[in-house]
Amino acid sequence: MINSRFFNRSELLGFLSLLLLLAVILPLFLDVFRLNLVAKYLTYAFVALGLVMCWGYGGILSLGQGVFFGLGGYCMAMFLKLEASSVANTKIQSTPGIPDFMDWNQITALPLFWKPFHSLTLTIIAILVVPTLLAFIIGAAMFKRRVGGVYFAIITQAIAAIATILIIGQQGYTGGINGMTDLRTLNGWDIRTDHAKVILYFFEVFVLFACIIAAQFIRLTKLGRILVAMREQEDRVRFSGYSVANFKIFAFCAAAMFAAIGGAMFTLQIGFMSPSFVGIVPSIEMVIYTAVGGRMSIFGAVYGTLLVNYAKTMLSESFPELWLFGLGGLFIAVVLFFPNGLSGIWRDHVARHIDRLIAMRSSKSKKAWAIKSAADGAPAE
Amino acid sequence: MFGDYSIGDLGAIFAMQGFAGLILFSVYVLMALGLAIIFGQMGVINMAHGEFMILGAYVTWLTSNFFQSHLPSLFSGYFFVAMVLAFIASGALGMLVEWGLIRHLYKRPLDTLLATWGLSLILQQAYRSVFGAREVGVELPQWMMGSKQVTDTIEVPINGIFVMVLTLGITMVVAYIMYKSRWGRQVRAVVQNRVMAGAVGINTEKVDRYTFGLGCGIAGIAGSAFTMIGSTGPTSGQLYIVDTFLVVVFGGAASLFGTIASAFTISQAQSTMEFFMSGSMAKVLTLLTIVGILMIRPQGLFALKVRK
Repeated sequence: MINSRFFNRSELLGFLSLLLLLAVILPLFLDVFRLNLVAKYLTYAFVALGLVMCWGYGGILSLGQGVFFGLGGYCMAMFLKLEASSVANTKIQSTPGIPDFMDWNQITALPLFWKPFHSLTLTIIAILVVPTLLAFIIGAAMFKRRVGGVYFAIITQAIAAIATILIIGQQGYTGGINGMTDLRTLNGWDIRTDHAKVILYFFEVFVLFACIIAAQFIRLTKLGRILVAMREQEDRVRFSGYSVANFKIFAFCAAAMFAAIGGAMFTLQIGFMSPSFVGIVPSIEMVIYTAVGGRMSIFGAVYGTLLVNYAKTMLSESFPELWLFGLGGLFIAVVLFFPNGLSGIWRDHVARHIDRLIAMRSSKSKKAWAIKSAADGAPAE
Repeated sequence: MFGDYSIGDLGAIFAMQGFAGLILFSVYVLMALGLAIIFGQMGVINMAHGEFMILGAYVTWLTSNFFQSHLPSLFSGYFFVAMVLAFIASGALGMLVEWGLIRHLYKRPLDTLLATWGLSLILQQAYRSVFGAREVGVELPQWMMGSKQVTDTIEVPINGIFVMVLTLGITMVVAYIMYKSRWGRQVRAVVQNRVMAGAVGINTEKVDRYTFGLGCGIAGIAGSAFTMIGSTGPTSGQLYIVDTFLVVVFGGAASLFGTIASAFTISQAQSTMEFFMSGSMAKVLTLLTIVGILMIRPQGLFALKVRK
């Protein structure tokens, strides 16, 4: 199914073991509540995956991925909210048929930009297009003027701040600080039941693997190679006649689209969306997932996300004060001691031994074959 | 939006909002001065800068409590002691951080951002554990309370005037240190050409450490001044860090004058707009304008013209 040139041996191993873990082991051993938590973590894995492409390969650190995550999530939430606020459900409001928070804020008609979200098709298109378009505008403005590195990071962070303030400030249109809550059905299918959560989980895993394969595909094409070359020696790539800005814009847009898919999944899984997943703090946490997993590793990003979030849940359940110390320490330790994250540790310490084991095994079997064939009277190699 | 006000009212509004903007300007300048030294001169992104500021604020709070309970007769002058202590505390912590963390990361500026973010989380939690999650406020000495009546429609608070005078003084001291003193020359030499500066006998590591310490120390003073106009909580620093970075970037990273000019523009724009629309929209508009201008002019308002 997957040809061996698309994934090399260790990548194939990584792909299959991740598939085994997410699609078989976790659903078998976790109850629905925990599985739903894993599903929540995995929505961040989409963002981390995007960051691997744009930060790890392209060298562009974006501290505003939460904006794209949030845009995707809000697009989905707007659709679900409209479905939940049908005229029948909202007849106690002074204006029936509009979301409850609009009614509370004395808005009497559905704003124009909400209208397209009556349709699921348009919503899905919006989830994919709106964040990507925003990323394109930001990227085109910045990269064409050769703004990069630190400045790009700060400006994307400012954009994350703007987005949060805007969402909180425009309560009537966005639900304000509470976000959009009380989401019920997707085209009539109740997303709040346990059964729906399991199905959504498997759907999410499927989409995640589609994204992983897409990322791997991008990485292997010439485009992926140019991204890496650009990260290492930007001027050299430029002097070789490539348009550095366009490649950067592409990487940033792809990362934004992945993040948006993750955000939409988040809304479906958790059943609400709020500005607390958009701002500066969540955006920078998403970067740390990638850093912990290994900024160069597609699978590492997923493992890193799962691990950091798991640690966060465990620690904040039992020792809420310790969590920030742990997270802060993790940031510092990863940056200082393991710049390549988990995947770096894996490659340097574990993968080497596995390779040696495999090499030993195969040389042993070769020897055995040689002895056997010598005994049979055939010439040995 | 101006229709409902008479000319005289508008003048008073602009004057009062302008003064409110000047207080914001003072905080921005004090924060941004430290940041401009660290970011502009050393290229290090210190996301924990706000936490250094808050350390200064907590030191001020402790000092004021100490004076209140032990030296009530000297209470009116406690602020000056607090300021010095805040400078020392934040500066010492800054030098420690430089030694333990930053100096390993000079070649990886983006990674300093992540590491100092981690540091800021740790510091925030430390403040929360030590001082509690609630915001604390200092008691102002008698002479700083009240306000001064300029005309019958315009009045300005005295603590605001004090903070502004303080800002002016500190800015002048920093400008002197950076541009006139021997040490400032060494800092600028290291920034322009690290290898060459080392070759002529400047101890670049030491210069780095003291520069970082100075930047953090100024943040401590900023925190001290901040207690005069607002209360302090464990996460107060984080509210200002993005704004301050924008101030520095907008002004042109390596230019102290640019930093001050941009702090002035941003704070005035924001506080004037705040009167005519909601605070959050004023902030959104200000930030959007800055981001927009930075997209057109990425080097900031006053860029240092150097060949790289």
